[in-house]
Amino acid sequence: MSDYVVEMLNITKIFPGIKANDDITLQLKKGEVHALLGENGAGKSTLMSVLFGLYQPDGGSIKINGESVKINNPNDANALNIGMVHQHFMLVEIFSVLDNIILGVEPNSAGVLKRDEARTKIVELSKKYGLSIEPDALIEDVSVGMQQRVEILKMLYRDNEILIFDEPTAVLTPQEIKELMQIMKGLTAEGKSILFITHKLNEIMEVADRCTVLRKGKCIGTVNVADTTVEELSRMMVGREVHMIIDKKEAVPGKTVLKAENITVSSRLHKNNAVKDITFDVRAGEIVCLAGIEGNGQSELIYALTGIEKMSRGKLTLNGTDITKANIRTRSKSGISHIPEDRHKYGLILDYSLADNLVLQRYWEPEFQNRGFIRKAKVRKYAEKLISQYDVRSGQGADTMVRSMSGGNQQKAIIAREIDKDPELLIAIQPTRGLDIGAIEYIHSQLIAQRDSGKAVLLVSLELDEVMNVSDRILVMYEGEIVGEFKPSDIAVEQLGLYMAGAKRDARKGLSDNEGGERNT
Amino acid sequence: MKNRLKGVLTSPGMISFIASVASIAIGLIFGYVLLVCFNQAQALNGLGKILFAGASSAEKFSKVLYQAAPLMLTGLSVGFAFRTGLFNIGASGQYTMGTFFALFAGLTLKCPWWVALIAAMLGGAIWGAIPGLCKALFNVNEVITSIMFNWIGMFMVNLMMANIPTMLANHYGAPNADRTANLAAANKSAIIPKWGLDTLFGSDYINISIFITILVALIIYLVLNKTTFGYELKACGFNRNASIYAGINAKRNIVLSMVIAGALSGLGGGIYYLSGTAQYTIVKSLLAMGFNGIPVALLATSNPIGIIFSSIFVSYIQVGGEAMQPEFAKEIIDIIISVIIYLSAFALLLKGVIKKIMSIRKAKQGEGVSQ
Repeated sequence: MSDYVVEMLNITKIFPGIKANDDITLQLKKGEVHALLGENGAGKSTLMSVLFGLYQPDGGSIKINGESVKINNPNDANALNIGMVHQHFMLVEIFSVLDNIILGVEPNSAGVLKRDEARTKIVELSKKYGLSIEPDALIEDVSVGMQQRVEILKMLYRDNEILIFDEPTAVLTPQEIKELMQIMKGLTAEGKSILFITHKLNEIMEVADRCTVLRKGKCIGTVNVADTTVEELSRMMVGREVHMIIDKKEAVPGKTVLKAENITVSSRLHKNNAVKDITFDVRAGEIVCLAGIEGNGQSELIYALTGIEKMSRGKLTLNGTDITKANIRTRSKSGISHIPEDRHKYGLILDYSLADNLVLQRYWEPEFQNRGFIRKAKVRKYAEKLISQYDVRSGQGADTMVRSMSGGNQQKAIIAREIDKDPELLIAIQPTRGLDIGAIEYIHSQLIAQRDSGKAVLLVSLELDEVMNVSDRILVMYEGEIVGEFKPSDIAVEQLGLYMAGAKRDARKGLSDNEGGERNT
Repeated sequence: MKNRLKGVLTSPGMISFIASVASIAIGLIFGYVLLVCFNQAQALNGLGKILFAGASSAEKFSKVLYQAAPLMLTGLSVGFAFRTGLFNIGASGQYTMGTFFALFAGLTLKCPWWVALIAAMLGGAIWGAIPGLCKALFNVNEVITSIMFNWIGMFMVNLMMANIPTMLANHYGAPNADRTANLAAANKSAIIPKWGLDTLFGSDYINISIFITILVALIIYLVLNKTTFGYELKACGFNRNASIYAGINAKRNIVLSMVIAGALSGLGGGIYYLSGTAQYTIVKSLLAMGFNGIPVALLATSNPIGIIFSSIFVSYIQVGGEAMQPEFAKEIIDIIISVIIYLSAFALLLKGVIKKIMSIRKAKQGEGVSQ
């Protein structure tokens, strides 16, 4: 009997033009939390897809419990007791928690569903591992944290022994992250083995026993977490020193660039307003951060600012010009750049080449078209300039289909496009979501560079670290309202968490009827 | 030398070509099996006709081009809409409406052929615009509206044809009242010119319409691939949200796309019925030309240049099929033609298979060298 439950030995996977996995060895011990760390495009997803049977490796072998296996598809992986919590949950929104857990392995006699039997088993499991759930609630009504617990129960219900967590903390609040860490520890205590994919070093330090680091498709090494430091891990991952603390000068706010007054936006999801009578401004040379837990109206507010959604009430002024009724193109022309929340849904046309995507906001300018005909040579030249200036990496340069690029480089392309537009106001929604530490550092430095060159920056972030480190002024949003305004130096992270969770709020006096007046700090 | 040959064989263009030829071959084999089932004695003869009748004489070949022209336009209509993310199943209605506008201009208003063709485009454009507007303004699925407009268009046109005396054949001395007048009797200037091609090919069917349609295909190719307008249209088709984000007026583009698709189908109707050799008959069924545009567009993966060839291919097979009568019933011929066209669309699937086989071979050779 081998020590290891999973051994991926010398795995190599080649895609056209790129070696996604190059001779990678990963060994998972029984009962450990094993972190898999790496930048975007380092090959973590490919490696997990190989383990899950989605890809066939071009070289190497996989052993489960010491025996060589061939995993041809996810069903094989399931049969080997491998389970996975995906970054984007795979749940049926309009099904109950219970139905989601048993989906695919429903206990039945002659086709009649035996829900009671399933319920007993689920309640037992949830007690044993401390995973509190409401079996009869619909998924769409429960919190993101509970949805994740449902995903975990799905694996436990199937008696999975090897659990893969793909960036599980990206969507959670600080309190929920703490809970998840406890749950993971509980699972390993019961003999489960966990593969934990992440690029958050603090979480690795807290929960993982060992850590395998990938970089550019190569295995850099496996270390005992107890014997290492955050600095060493980040150096292994990025291949150079990384500045964890952003050093930036004190902000020197200038004139007001964006003035938003009494913005109200109705929700598409429910009858209430998603954004309720919000008033704020963003000045030149400062980074204002809208902090809050996902779904508290931040997205709707930004859509209203950029013109993608109509607001039912309110007034927008950009550099003294009323843009309340202006359309998206006019707003873009008058100096708003928008790094959207969902790069696949809004930011990119995945089936266009990189060059075509880089001119998405300017293809109509005389530089790139002549009497309606696109000047391909100019577009190409411009694209190549941006690619080298912003270090966007891709298989075939400007001609690469954006779909085939890694998430980090897709995001870099968007940032290059939006910053190079030389905007007055740069709006960025979760620009670092799902990115690795190297890319995050890069994006933060770009945002600060924009600020220092006198631009106004409005940042929406769910990450407390980002909120605290990057912003000059924090606005906390809760249920469509601004419930607090602070300077990052004046508030502790824990306090901020309470505002975000709706446990605390300040009356922002004066702002709505006497804008620019006194503010709470 | 051997290596160079291998290089040519594994180039992407060659793989596409091999895949297309292979899938057409599979389609023909399947068609042959069906022929054997229906009429064993004549099977080989029938297959020969499908394969060679279209090229057997200049006259037959002019028939191929004659039918390919309107087919190319309905194919472009469907393909163009596809590129912009819309499924234009209303090509038949737009084609019918284009026919009416063209014949009304030619027969009743006595316009010359080129005015009648512009009228045809206008008719088709109007019939495409309505589903486009419904989609843009009320978010009604264009498939539903354009199917309804196929029927509305057909019955409306029938009604108008039957009630405008100057449209019908009997107005110009012919005996029948169930079809439109022969252009030769009613207005010679409305017949699309032949520029001596008829004497060259020895057939009345040939005229300059095939050149017009190829020109249109090239223009559509340019619009889609070289202009900002095409950039916007395709952006809407690939990702409507991202195009809205970029400030593109998606609603306007939906309407424009349907207007252009409609105009293309309408022009198809004009091209066919202004040839001087076709008369619109008042029957209660939708014209197949519009629906045949769908496989033409699919075979060419909506590429305008590809549509030139796929429409000629489909037309060629159809002419071959016609030549199989009377040994085979018309319905059986239709089945065989559709089987061949259907299997031809497997080219994409085969392309993947061929690539795989090639890469396995390459890998094996690589191993051989290292050993």
